[in-house]
Amino acid sequence: MAVITGTNWTAYDGATMTAREIYGRTLAHLAETNDKIVGMTADLEKTTAIKFFADKYPERFYNVGIAEQNMMGIAAGLAKAGLIPFVSTMAIFATMRAGEQVRTDIAYQNLPVKIIATHAGISFGHAGTTHHCTEDFAIMRAIPNMTVICPADGIETSRAVQACIDIPGPVYVRIGRGFEPPCYESPDYEYEIGKAITMREGTDFTIICCGIAVLQAMNAAKTLAENDGLSVRVINMHTIKPIDREAIVKAVMDTRRILTIEEHNIYGGLGDAVGSVIAESGKGCIFRKHGMQDIFSEIGYAEDLYAYYGFDANGIVDKVREMMGLEFEEDESWEDE
Amino acid sequence: MALTAEEKRKYAQIAKELRMTIIDVMLWSGGAHVGGSLSIVEILTMLYFKHLNIDPKDPDNEDRDRFILSKGHAAAGYIPALAKRGYFPEEELKSFNHFRSPFAMHPDSKKIIGCDASAGSLGHGLSMAVGLGLAAKQLKKDWKTVCLMGDGECCEGSIWEAAMSAAHFKLGNVIGIVDRNKFMIDGTTEQVMALEPFADKWRSFGWKVLDIDGNDLDAVDEALTEAWKATDVPTLILANTIKGKGVSFMENKVMYHYASADSAICEQAKEEIMKGGE
Repeated sequence: MAVITGTNWTAYDGATMTAREIYGRTLAHLAETNDKIVGMTADLEKTTAIKFFADKYPERFYNVGIAEQNMMGIAAGLAKAGLIPFVSTMAIFATMRAGEQVRTDIAYQNLPVKIIATHAGISFGHAGTTHHCTEDFAIMRAIPNMTVICPADGIETSRAVQACIDIPGPVYVRIGRGFEPPCYESPDYEYEIGKAITMREGTDFTIICCGIAVLQAMNAAKTLAENDGLSVRVINMHTIKPIDREAIVKAVMDTRRILTIEEHNIYGGLGDAVGSVIAESGKGCIFRKHGMQDIFSEIGYAEDLYAYYGFDANGIVDKVREMMGLEFEEDESWEDE
Repeated sequence: MALTAEEKRKYAQIAKELRMTIIDVMLWSGGAHVGGSLSIVEILTMLYFKHLNIDPKDPDNEDRDRFILSKGHAAAGYIPALAKRGYFPEEELKSFNHFRSPFAMHPDSKKIIGCDASAGSLGHGLSMAVGLGLAAKQLKKDWKTVCLMGDGECCEGSIWEAAMSAAHFKLGNVIGIVDRNKFMIDGTTEQVMALEPFADKWRSFGWKVLDIDGNDLDAVDEALTEAWKATDVPTLILANTIKGKGVSFMENKVMYHYASADSAICEQAKEEIMKGGE
């Protein structure tokens, strides 16, 4: 197994390991030098891969059984005593089953609990809709004090897990099931929570995306450059909240066409966060939100679902072409106002 | 060791004053959860004036004992107790519920000095107490965490998740107290959602249960003394109390779960409290 060395930490090969495995190993590594880190799960230590931490630091690890509400409350108590709990379960249970504990026990008291939620979006498609989670951005964004992060792949998950320790309050990091292809080849890149990453420059069009969509958008941009002669900017908006307003307004001014892509309902997530910034900027922009169109997902393996819902490169190319055909509308009544 | 006659007089006086302040708060705030605040006066008195290792001059001391009012709606009893213990002037209680006051119907740990946990949504406190208990164990500290719950609150499933985990993790440093005043908003606990056999439920979850008269200073003192000695089994003090204790027309009255009252009624209540026990 190849070991990738970052600036001051060690992660593992993004090509052969799932995001959650990289998370578990990163956490175990960080815990070597930070004795405040504690780990928690609700009977999902293998599934969320926090096991890598648990095996190394059993005295700092608490498995509470299948009781997510209790887990979030306990995490709040641990944080009150000065510890930094990393709490892992599936996104659906972290944000909804224990939603009020997250809001009231953790966020209201602004405690440094780090929620690393796995199996988000439709990444666990074949588990059925009870285990999908396309509402978590909306829920977590609406909670004051909460930082919301969606890494593009395993390597970025490692960066996020490391960076979130420095955030004094609660952080929600949403990752998938972990079998998604990697986006980054190396962890040696500038990563700052709240600061978007321009993955590819472009002047005709901007795709603002997060999670699994980043790699697909890069592939789509390549196709659009080769076949359509389009210059497409791809922005990895890994932090949904606080959103990088500057990067969005710059994209409006530079390209005037923006598509957001997220593995989430189009209501309340990345698209709405970006749309708000565009609307508040007062600048003209052709804007569309690509995501789950307020529906629960079909059942299937993730890659089939991604293709079905157009989250793959082909689907994204189609969306961009459609938007390139749109014109800014003349608004004749404007002068009368 | 039982309380001496002098100690008992001292704590009874504190309890009496706390009850009168609760009535004041009901007037100042425009309404309060008076019934469930009056029922826990002896518990708060013995905790804050004898058993909890705390220092109002050093409220964030890492080695202090922690207290979580899981039945957060009894803030009208809890916050005046903090004031009487010296965390902030009692005069400030007059702002209760008003614009930008630190004090509301439910306590906020970010706004109230000496308040260890925000609470009010029922069923949350015991999990936080378990977290604090685990932390103390992990950090090799010997401070205790006391969590005061309501009996109606124990309808919440999360209480039992927490109860199960406290026993599983062998948290002798967590002390649960249930204010068994036998009422909830819509009636008696046994009418709305039966809790009995209540002590057996806690026992079967692995807790040591001390079934006591929660309005008796001696009994509360004795139970807390015993709970403080626990090593690896969590203790549950089942404090049988009277809702609205100390004011005849409020005792065991559903309408005094949450109530407002004019100054005449408040004066009458305070007069009764003043004469009480004489």
